[in-house]
Order: sequence, then C-alpha cells, then structure tokens
Amino acid sequence: MQYALLLFETADDFARREDPQRQIAYRAAHAEFLAALKEAGVAAQSVVGGAGLEAPHTATTLRKRGGSRQVVDGPYSDIKEQMGGIYLIEVANLDAALAWAERCPTASTGAVEIRPTRYPPPN
Amino acid sequence: MNAAAAAERVARESYGRLLASLSARTRDVAAAEDALAEAFAAALRAWPRGDVPDNPEAWLFAAAKRKLIDAARRRRTASDGEAQILLDIEELEALMTARDAPDRRLGLMFACAHPAIEEGVRTPLMLQVVLGFSAERIAAAFLVEPSAMSQRLVRSKKKIRDAGIGFDIPEPAEWRARFGAVLEAIYAAYGVGWSDPLGADPERRGLAEEAVWLARVLVAQVPGEPEPLGLLSLMLHLEARRPARRDRDGRFVPLDEQDVGLWRRDMIGEAETLLRTASKAQRPGRYQLEAAIQSAHATRAWRGVADWDAIVLLYLALSELTGSPVARLNAAAAIARRDGPEAGLAAVEDLAANYGVLRDYQPYWALCAELCARLGRVEAARVAYDEAILRETDAAVIGFLRARRDSL
Repeated sequence: MQYALLLFETADDFARREDPQRQIAYRAAHAEFLAALKEAGVAAQSVVGGAGLEAPHTATTLRKRGGSRQVVDGPYSDIKEQMGGIYLIEVANLDAALAWAERCPTASTGAVEIRPTRYPPPN
Repeated sequence: MNAAAAAERVARESYGRLLASLSARTRDVAAAEDALAEAFAAALRAWPRGDVPDNPEAWLFAAAKRKLIDAARRRRTASDGEAQILLDIEELEALMTARDAPDRRLGLMFACAHPAIEEGVRTPLMLQVVLGFSAERIAAAFLVEPSAMSQRLVRSKKKIRDAGIGFDIPEPAEWRARFGAVLEAIYAAYGVGWSDPLGADPERRGLAEEAVWLARVLVAQVPGEPEPLGLLSLMLHLEARRPARRDRDGRFVPLDEQDVGLWRRDMIGEAETLLRTASKAQRPGRYQLEAAIQSAHATRAWRGVADWDAIVLLYLALSELTGSPVARLNAAAAIARRDGPEAGLAAVEDLAANYGVLRDYQPYWALCAELCARLGRVEAARVAYDEAILRETDAAVIGFLRARRDSL
C-alpha cells in the first residue's frame, strides 16, 4: 500500500531550517531518512516523490464559496504544529508505515501523521 | 445433533477462525462478516434437510467464500480488484484445505487491539469479530446505545480495511507492547462479565466465560508466553469464586467471608498449574502478579488462612510495576489484614495524601469505613460508608455497605 507521511513540525523545527548553526543537522537527518527509504526500496517511485514545505508564515489559504474567491493570509489551521513536508512510501501495511514514521526525524520533535493515499499509481 | 445445535457449536469453535481466514488478505472484516452470516443462515436452512456435513467448518468456509465472491462481482467497482479478490480467495482455499491450515485468529486479535484502533472499542471489536457477538449484545453489556456501539464498530472495521492494518503477528521487538493491548481487551471483557456475578443479566451472561475462552485461544497459539498464561490463571482464580460471591438471597459476600467450600477446586487447580508454567519463563508481569495474588488468597481453601505476607509483597510489587493507585490501595488493605487496622489506616491515609483520585473510588471509602469501625471511630466510619455508598452502582454491594453502616 502507498502511504503519505505528513510531517507536522514545531516552530523550533521551522526555526532550525533557517538557523545557520542548526540547519546542517536538520537537513542531514532528513537526507539520511530519505536515503534509508531509497535503500530499502520503499520510497514511492511512480509519483513525484514528496516535498518539504516552506514555513507556515509563507502560507496563503484560498476558499471558493458561491463563485467568490476568499484568500487569507496564513495556513489552513492555526495549530501548534504545522505541516512541514510529505514523504510518500510503498509498504505492505500500517505497521510497516509506522515503523518508517518512527524513524522520520520529525517524529522526535513534532508529529507524523500516516495516511494511505487514495489513488495508488498503477503498477 | 440438530442443525441449530451443530451451527451453534461450529459458531463458537470456528467463528473467529473462519472470519480471520476470510478477511486476512483483503482486511475487509465487514464483508467477511456479511458473507459468514449468510453462510450460517444457509447452514440452518440446508442442514435439517440432509445430514450435518462431516466437516461443518469447511462447509461454512466454502459457502462464505462463494458469498464473498458474489458480493465482489456485484460491486464490480474495478475489474482488476475483482480478479485480485478471486485470486486471494483461491489462495485462501488452498491454505484452508492444507492440513496445517493456519489459525489466523491471533493476527485478528492483534488487529483489533492495534494502537491505531481507538482504545475503548478494542474489546467490543474483539468480541464481535472473534466471537461473533452482535452489536446489540455488546452494547447492552457495555451499557451504551446499540446505535452508538454499532457506529463505533463499523468505523473501526473501516479503519482496519482502509488504513491497511495487517493481520500479522508483530515482530518480537514490538511483541510486548502489542500483547499488552490484546490482554487488556480480553481482561476488560472479563471485567464486564465479572460485574454480573449471578449471571442474572442475560446480556452479560457468559461474557466472563467468553473472555476465558479468548485467553485459551491466545495461550494455545503462544504456549510459552508467560503473560497470557498469567491472565488465564487470574481469570480462572476469579471464576472459581463465582459461586461464593453472593449468598442464597443474592447478597454480596466479601472475599474474606466467602465459604471456601463453594470455590471451584478444579478451576483453582488449573489456575495454579498455569501460573507455575508461566513462572518458568522467568519474565514476571502484571497478570502473573495478579494471578499470584489470587493464588495467595486461594490458600485459604487449604490452610484456612490466606497468605497475607505474600499478598502484601505482591501488591507492593504490582504497585511498583504499574504505578496504579488501586494496587497501592489493595496493598494497604492487605497491610491492615496482616498488621492490624491502625497500621492499615496509616497506610491508607498516606496514600490518599498522594493520590487524590482515590477519593472518587468506592473501595477507598469502604476500606476507610471498615478500618475506622474496627478502631471504634464510629462517626468517621459512618461518614466513610456514606461516601462509599454514593460511589457504588451494584445494588448487592450497596445493600452490603448499608448493612455494615447500620450495624455500627
């Protein structure tokens, strides 16, 4: 099954990305995680990988209601942790996905939400 | 044997095994349940006409499998999906007819008690998918609205299917954490059955017995694991005392005052054997400790007195292991029995200062009341009995507490 690992990062995680002292370790941890996914052959190949996201202050949210466009500054939800990126993986079941989520750097600081993807790519 | 009796026997023996086999690959428990229900209905129609088949389980599996395939055809959502289902079914059939057909019930139990399943629905889910209980029956036992229970069960089955919760037995590294949830779910079913000691409530009747059955299934699949053995031993010790828990008029009889002649010696004997087997693994745990506590109580049947030294030590060990204030309260009660009411009350007051939650707990007040009464502190005892009565729902126990209060 294909799962998305949705990374919810803390304010400090977003700060670390910008901090010259700490960004190296931050990036290295994710690079190492991605390398492990690829080495195990579970990083989803058939779609456009995944992506890291810029910090929540860069977010703009749009809703279309009754033909009119409403655009507001900020992320969709104002919660303590914000979506910081996505990994897509191909594994047998939820337990395998959970095992990978546990190795994801974000699990130790923020949270990782695991969701099956709706439309698995054809084999 | 008539058809209904044969179907009932197969249902009890095989329901979970059939359901696990029918849903292991697709993880679609709800579809397998529907197919199995239709197969049982077909059996009740077919069996009275001819003989009951030699292998009713195989008959039911074949019938349910056909229903599953029919249902998959009717859905026709994706032709690829249908082909896949047929393939899976063929594979399953090959597995089921092989002599060593795997018993996937343990995997099903692990799926029901998966951490991704809401904790409160794990026991109901296990009762439904492993034992075939209806949502109505489970709702009545858990004192919730049938529609609410039904919704929660439907939702958790969808979660199993759509989130990809596997029916695999977890890796040894995860074993202990995952086992805990399975054991807890079984013990919770037992707890619901235990709260109806006379079996007077038809909805709860037999739930304790069914929990014992689930533990037996578990033990049979992982014979050397000490904690499942401990849980089974614990439940058998408690079941052994069921005939003594109420007097002839239905009044509550506290453990200390139970007639040991009414205890089921055969069950105690089996419980003791199980606990000895568990201890060989030298991996103590919560359920082994609790079984050992009940074993120390059971010595009263032979020696006339419970082993209070052991009970104090075991409750202290259990408190350390689980951090449970209830275990600490039980340790204090045991200290009172061993060292007298003064020492007991000191231990209880010490606890209440550290664990405020105990002040909402009926047994805390009942213990305070009894100890105060024994120390001649009549007014304090009366107040504590009133507090205990306020927090109790079982009519028999309320009657017992009132009688104690009024005899002060």
